[in-house]
Amino acid sequence: MPSPFIQTLILTGKLAIYTTSILLVIGLPLSYFMAYARFRFKPVLEALVSMPLVLPPSVIGYYILVAYSPNFWFGKLLSEWFDVQLAFTFEGILLASVVFSIPFMVQPLTNGLRAVPVNLREASYTLGKSKTTTFFRVLIPNIKPSLITAIALTFAHCIGEFGIILMVGGNMPGETRVASIAIYDEVQALNFDAANQYALTLFLTSFVILTLIYTVNRKSDAWKMI
Amino acid sequence: MENDIIELDVQKELVSAYGRMVLSIQISISAGELVVLFGESGAGKTTLLRMIAGLTTPDNGTIKVGDEVWFSSARGINMPPQKRNIGFVFQDYALFPNMSVYNNVAYGQKDRDKIFIDELLQNFGLTEFANRKPEKLSGGQKQRVALARALARKPKFMLLDEPLSALDAGIRTSLQNEILKAHSISNTTTLLVSHDLAEVFRLAQKVMLIQDGKIKGFGRPDDIFINNQISGKVQITGTIVKIETQDTFYLLTVVTGMNQIIKVTAFESDIAELTEGDRVMVFSKAFNPLVMKL
Repeated sequence: MPSPFIQTLILTGKLAIYTTSILLVIGLPLSYFMAYARFRFKPVLEALVSMPLVLPPSVIGYYILVAYSPNFWFGKLLSEWFDVQLAFTFEGILLASVVFSIPFMVQPLTNGLRAVPVNLREASYTLGKSKTTTFFRVLIPNIKPSLITAIALTFAHCIGEFGIILMVGGNMPGETRVASIAIYDEVQALNFDAANQYALTLFLTSFVILTLIYTVNRKSDAWKMI
Repeated sequence: MENDIIELDVQKELVSAYGRMVLSIQISISAGELVVLFGESGAGKTTLLRMIAGLTTPDNGTIKVGDEVWFSSARGINMPPQKRNIGFVFQDYALFPNMSVYNNVAYGQKDRDKIFIDELLQNFGLTEFANRKPEKLSGGQKQRVALARALARKPKFMLLDEPLSALDAGIRTSLQNEILKAHSISNTTTLLVSHDLAEVFRLAQKVMLIQDGKIKGFGRPDDIFINNQISGKVQITGTIVKIETQDTFYLLTVVTGMNQIIKVTAFESDIAELTEGDRVMVFSKAFNPLVMKL
């Protein structure tokens, strides 16, 4: 059994890796759609995707908690059909974290895709290549800085997430107690040494990740991407 | 191949910087021809090319190639560009920055035909650049790659949208030769957009004169531009860059396609419909030009 400190860090890392992986799978097609599709209600979709940037985590956390409750159709569906309870579980905070981190994945990717000259896509189509082939062989390789930015930002943001985890997951060691929650908890208990250990770890990790983003984007316009 | 006549009958309303205009084109183009679409910017040349490629959808009409219907508004057919078997060359090259020259050229081939790729690279003088990324090439080299890339899948049609307009005069001439070479090697029906009259005379077997969205002439360049207009002995085309008023007449400064500067006099009746920037033909009927070896 690892020490609580290591256990918490592993949980934090696991949450961030899972969230980032899931968001990469969802984010790529969603960004493609947001970058190129033309439809009337696009501003509504754009606003929805960006909501987590402006809303307090407690608001989204509250709605997610409501959605998880067996009184709501989503929670009811999960508990009746799959016997799954999401509130105060790792799966619960994972889903909340995915919802809350969407803009950090989607915005850099969408901006990157929009910056690719339209005639690269057209050239690929006239050379007989499908939209999917064009996406993977022409678009993705030409938005690498955006892709790395999106992944690193999402990851870093997940590691630092506090409010929504507290709302949805509470503070259960080994299940929902991530580093940011642990700091809060240790400070409440006046364990400043332990709090400092977590805080320093988070500080350094985020610092390294952001340095990586700016190094990768040195040539391109990093501020625009973020 | 011999039966692959393009039959075009398309309409599209365009809103450009020059205002609203209806592009309306009815024409058939025989297989194997090199046709230059000539006209002022905004006349609809590029849109026509893009409609043939399937990159722009016409409002109305049909596009037939041999027995195949590529577009028919009446029958609800709109074949995507992927299926049209064309080679499209863009004005600004549109090479894939992430791929080497070799991979750019090979990209469009369904089954990799190494011998043909090597042959294309050789023909366009690109063999030594095969492993370079496009950013490390000059404009002329980039356009050569774009030509080779479009030819690599052995298309039925080559569509070239002002392929040389971004290049210097010298490189332009050598690339005109490459285009002629490409056409003679593959004997592919080729449509090229240009607004350079010198280019029309160098390249075109036939020229399609497009003005305000309509075809104003289709035939051999000599027939379209010369025989129908004047039987002059000296003819030079150029652009008016300056109009000066002298006492009783005007002095026009005309820059030719070869960057030669010509001063011409004009009278008030001539000047009425001329402004700076107009393309004009400077000609002389009444004397025999003298020739001197350079």
